[in-house]
Amino acid sequence: MSKDTTASGPAATTTDEFIKGLWRENPVFVQVLGMCPVLAVSNTAENALAMGLATAFVLLMSNILVSLLRDFIPKQVRIASYILIIATFVTVTDYAIQAISVELYKSLGAFISLIVVNCLILSRAEAFASKNTVGKSILDALGMGIGFTFALFCLGAVREILGNGTLFDWALFPEGFQNWIVMILPAGGFFTLAAWLLIINVIQTRKIKS
Amino acid sequence: MNTESLGTIFLNAALVNNFVLAYFLGICPFLGVSGAVKTASKMGVAVMFVMVISSMCAFGIHAFLAAINAPYLQLISYIVVIASTVQLVEMFIKKMSPSLFRSLGIFLPLITTNCAILGVALFQTNKGYGFLESIVYALGAGAGFTLALLLIAGLREQLNFADVPQISKGTALTLFIAGILSLCFMGFAGLGAQ
Repeated sequence: MSKDTTASGPAATTTDEFIKGLWRENPVFVQVLGMCPVLAVSNTAENALAMGLATAFVLLMSNILVSLLRDFIPKQVRIASYILIIATFVTVTDYAIQAISVELYKSLGAFISLIVVNCLILSRAEAFASKNTVGKSILDALGMGIGFTFALFCLGAVREILGNGTLFDWALFPEGFQNWIVMILPAGGFFTLAAWLLIINVIQTRKIKS
Repeated sequence: MNTESLGTIFLNAALVNNFVLAYFLGICPFLGVSGAVKTASKMGVAVMFVMVISSMCAFGIHAFLAAINAPYLQLISYIVVIASTVQLVEMFIKKMSPSLFRSLGIFLPLITTNCAILGVALFQTNKGYGFLESIVYALGAGAGFTLALLLIAGLREQLNFADVPQISKGTALTLFIAGILSLCFMGFAGLGAQ
């Protein structure tokens, strides 16, 4: 069901490059890319948001650099070069988060380093940035990054509200609310994502019918 | 250094903290190649092999980087080692079994971006494992990954014959099964010390 229309050529307008990542080609809900961080660090809304922004930053920077260098990188070693570019920016992000908030750094753990192997970033570099101008690549990265952050936030918010009874550490429910511990646990991540996918599927089938 | 025995490390990595179902590492191949048991088992073995090799290399690299005092190169050098190991495995499989090569398809080069492999390398460094412990840890993680992949592939093969609502077909259904499996694996939590 994931349709890649990135190579649709001149028909795609500039604003479309930005908008498609938000919903129609949402990296998480539609393309099902970059699942590992999505499930692993979405146990609270705050973690999810931080992870989403970190990924969006790496995506933006690597898209810019890949797009700038697209005429210089030989075809045979392109994947290796992309991974090196991504790894560089991830290292930068890793140290930056450590400097900004040690607490956040601890709760995200090794998953910041694991942004390197987020399929989303590599797939954008390979499928889009290596074939398009810098301006378009920036828009694409922004759209995809925001779409990714949005999806992570959707998951994180649901899991925190149900599993902890809070949102950004504010209590939402009156005293006596029984927390659904399972939502914080790994199994909850799978269930929440599955539920979101079901909802998206229903919306999409409605659209096709009407 | 820690005092965990090798058996505990293995059990911990394989069952208690199963890489797929507890750490969410390696979800992409988990969702992608888990359609048939046959492919899944071969994928599992390939991943396990890459894991052990890259874990050994990661141990050496970590010692070297610590010696020259350049920890910021850790991530970049790990990923380069993993990418070359995957390339090696790819050439090997292509030569030995072209049919397997075709059935694994795009997911073979994608082992490079399998978070589980980089995860093993990073976690063993964080935990300060020695050489032997690292290998056992990688073996355990690989066994756990293969086990999870086989379980879900078997379930999905059976589900092909089940009558499920149209909207839940595909990824959503796989994720539900994965969630239930993950609940089952929580039962292992009593086995090893956290």
